[in-house]
Amino acid sequence: MSRGPAARPTAAPGGAAVAVDHGDTGHDGTSGAVAVARAGRVVALRAGPLSTRIDTRSVAVSLVLAALVVAGLCWSVTVGDSSIPLSDVLGELFGWGGNPDSDFVIWHLRLPRILTGVLVGAAFGLSGQVFQRLVHNPLASPDILGVSSGAAAGAVLHLAFIGGSSRAVTVSALVGAALTVALVNLLAFGRGRSSYRIVLVGIGLSAMLNAAVAHLSTRITLNDAQRATVWLTGSLSGRDWSYVRPLAVVLAVLLPLTMIAARQLRALELGDDAAQGLGVEIGRAKLLLSLTGAALAAVATAAAGPVGFVALVSPQIARRLVGTRAAGLVPAALVGSVVVVFADLLARRLFAPTELPVGAVTAIVGAPYLLWLLARANRIGSNP
Amino acid sequence: MTITPDPPAPDSSAAPTAVDPVAAGPATGASATATVDPAPRLVAEHVDLRYDERSIVTDLSVALPTGRFTVIVGPNACGKSTLLRALARLLTPRHGTVLLDGQEIRRLPSRTVAQRLGLLPQQPLSPDGITVSDLVSRGRHPHQRWFRQWSAADEAAVAEALRGTGTAALADESVDELSGGQRQRVWIALAIAQATDIMLLDEPTTFLDLAHQIDVLDLLTDLNRDAGRTIVCVLHDLNLACRYAHHLIAMRDGRIVAEGPPTEIVDAALVGDVFDLDARVIPDPVSATPLIVPIGRHDKEHRSHAEPHPHPA
Amino acid sequence: MPSTGGRIAPGTARRATVLAVLVALAVAAALASLAVGARSSAGLDDVVRAVVRYDPAVDDQLVVRDLRGPRTVLALLVGGALGLAGGVMQGLTRNPLADPGLLGVNAGAALAVVLGFSVFGVVTPGGYLWFALGGAAVAGGVVFTLGTLGRGGASPAKLAIAGAAVSALLGSATASLLLIDAATLDLYRFWVVGSVATRDLTSAAAVAPVIAVGAVLALASARSLNGLALGDDVARSLGQHVGRARATAAAAVILLCGGATAAAGPIWFIGLTVPHVARAVAGPDHRWLLPFSALLGAGLLAAADVVGRVIGRPGELEVGVVAAFLGGPIFIAFVRRRRIAEL
Repeated sequence: MSRGPAARPTAAPGGAAVAVDHGDTGHDGTSGAVAVARAGRVVALRAGPLSTRIDTRSVAVSLVLAALVVAGLCWSVTVGDSSIPLSDVLGELFGWGGNPDSDFVIWHLRLPRILTGVLVGAAFGLSGQVFQRLVHNPLASPDILGVSSGAAAGAVLHLAFIGGSSRAVTVSALVGAALTVALVNLLAFGRGRSSYRIVLVGIGLSAMLNAAVAHLSTRITLNDAQRATVWLTGSLSGRDWSYVRPLAVVLAVLLPLTMIAARQLRALELGDDAAQGLGVEIGRAKLLLSLTGAALAAVATAAAGPVGFVALVSPQIARRLVGTRAAGLVPAALVGSVVVVFADLLARRLFAPTELPVGAVTAIVGAPYLLWLLARANRIGSNP
Repeated sequence: MTITPDPPAPDSSAAPTAVDPVAAGPATGASATATVDPAPRLVAEHVDLRYDERSIVTDLSVALPTGRFTVIVGPNACGKSTLLRALARLLTPRHGTVLLDGQEIRRLPSRTVAQRLGLLPQQPLSPDGITVSDLVSRGRHPHQRWFRQWSAADEAAVAEALRGTGTAALADESVDELSGGQRQRVWIALAIAQATDIMLLDEPTTFLDLAHQIDVLDLLTDLNRDAGRTIVCVLHDLNLACRYAHHLIAMRDGRIVAEGPPTEIVDAALVGDVFDLDARVIPDPVSATPLIVPIGRHDKEHRSHAEPHPHPA
Repeated sequence: MPSTGGRIAPGTARRATVLAVLVALAVAAALASLAVGARSSAGLDDVVRAVVRYDPAVDDQLVVRDLRGPRTVLALLVGGALGLAGGVMQGLTRNPLADPGLLGVNAGAALAVVLGFSVFGVVTPGGYLWFALGGAAVAGGVVFTLGTLGRGGASPAKLAIAGAAVSALLGSATASLLLIDAATLDLYRFWVVGSVATRDLTSAAAVAPVIAVGAVLALASARSLNGLALGDDVARSLGQHVGRARATAAAAVILLCGGATAAAGPIWFIGLTVPHVARAVAGPDHRWLLPFSALLGAGLLAAADVVGRVIGRPGELEVGVVAAFLGGPIFIAFVRRRRIAEL
């Protein structure tokens, strides 16, 4: 398995390329066939010049989580002001016939709402994973980067000066979130390349935006103020297919982008110097990562408001389930979906018939998590 | 004695020769072999290095000998780490250029540089809970693409690196739980896995106890001899530097005071010039390289019994 | 006198002069606050007469005394408390980024106040003051502990992140409560914006005792803060009781922040920027730094209130908004300029 003498570098004048085996020739023998090599829980898949590495436990955990999401979704659909039997739900969803009476409730009320929750949870989970690894801090989360404040500011500005339907307000919220993200990146990357700088600038900008929101809230009617308050906490009420479709499309684009950008995280986590030594253009990599992470959060916030704590908690839960530091994006996203689906279930039924906003429930989940982090403080060697 | 050699032209027409691992060790002095040394691949030309407006290094030119173990020494804040960072492309010179294989290092793509030049920074950051094999595998990053994430060569390089540093048994351990010496070996394994010809190390032995310092330096010597890698180290211990270096660069106040084989350049005068330290320089009884014996204020009283003039080693 | 990086630690005489200047500035700000209004400005002689020889028949004097007087007093009181709290906080946490808003103290007070409004029906400043104090204490404690986790202890960035995370949590809970309870929202939204608009002295009178106690504790801990700045180990070896010093300083911060927030709502960045300016003139010695911070804070908030009234004519821009929009850019500029080391 060691490199033979042919690969030993020779010093040639003028700087010839180093003769190190890049794997192009492939030591796995048959090119064209897929070779599978296993070492412990890591499985390497190779086909010619293509290769990837899969962690078996990560895959197993992801499958279980996906099953949980589906199960949670089905259960959530059965539950509500009018309870629908599971057989009917499954019948409707999988097409083996169900009860036409519950058709409307399932397809137009509950399913889109819960699907929105699934997608929002995935987006937040992904976003949180990217930021926590980028900033080397388990408390880093897009919530604090100005995304939520930007969305709230956009919404309130709209309500104060334009007024109008919820749909239009959503668009303004998205614009607000996107502008804020752009501004944070502009300000944070002007000089130097510290990951903390993004977060701190985000905090500062959030404070200003929150002040603006607070001021405008005193200028508008109580009714509008209530509508604005919705943007201060996440809620899935009234989410129909017009939310699900754009969200799904955007996520389908962002997910592969994020996965490609996230490759650089493996080097960035080692510190700026080591990352540069490994050939990463750190300014560009950090910018790309923070933009994709922020885009995910912005889109999710526009769809459901700032559902707090999903982005914070999901990566940590995923990490604990998968068992290694290198917990990937997919488990984090799936955990996010699970959290939101079950939180929404609680939110809808806990104080039935009053519906809590899902953000309230996730905040309540977040509190014990923070306390648990506190309790861990006594253990030595924990490195944020 | 101040030697500032002109850097050789980057595209020298000297015939390429296989790198000759130092046959008899540094004790016999450099250039003891009859072969022509290969042209330096990493060269700094008239560089000015600054942090904000504070000038650290001024008009410095140096050519790092290929296939040799070079050590940069000097007092605190002399610019040795700054120079290393500039050579590693972490710092852009205000004036002058750094050349790698004849091309401006700044203009080369990062990946290309990372495939030829490896860096072990001071106090590297290990992510919480990472295993040894995971950390070392990250050294393969410059050779990987999004579609080629874990080739057979990658796996081989990591295994080889772990074996070479004697850390294969620790492969599934968490890096956090290793001792300082073990952790440094793991980081060196990462640099080995990166499979570069040139390795730059910024104070790899600081914070290690003596046994581990020797361990690390022996390991670097192995890399230099067995694989012909060019090693460039910043060390703070002058005696260890003399013992291990083929080529020593002594800096002070942002300038090179002397460079060359330790046996040729290190004497009491140099130690005085560079470190403001009175010393006697004697041959190291183990390696015959220069051994610096410092003379403190309180020792001067005893000097009256010694020879009045210290001989160069 | 030793000179450190461009900032000169002046002699006592010089500091006393600066102190006098700051007092004068605060007085000037107060006078401006009395004179300038959202609708009209009173002449200086009317202002002086309103204070000294009050004649309610004169319209201008009435406005000065009854409308602007109370808010000026409140602005001075709250500004002073915030400036002082910021100075103590920064010394206590050894963190140049400490601010009641940044460290979650504001969010804790806000949630507690909302709970007071909605659950307990407490709507007077004197009443919800106690909620604000409790909320501030709990939030501050949680943030400080979270920010200290892991290798390297408490660093400025880690504390700020911890503060933001806790603020987000509390903010979410607060927002949820507000969504359910419209009446509370109607009270809350006028409080949370941060305003010193008040028609009488009841708010000020309610919080004054608490702020006074906090101020006394703060000034008393000045000496120990000087010691803490050198690090716990060094402080202990110099004979200080580190735990006790910390507790006193923390109590001072909570009383000052809780009182200020209860009276005027959460206000950002005063606690952050004022001590930095004060340090530039007073040096790092807390025995001078803290009184300077208090005076600067008082003057600054009064001035911010004036600015808000002028800009917002014929209405007004609340002082919390002005403080955020002045302090925010300063904070961001500060963050951009400093080299924040990665941990």
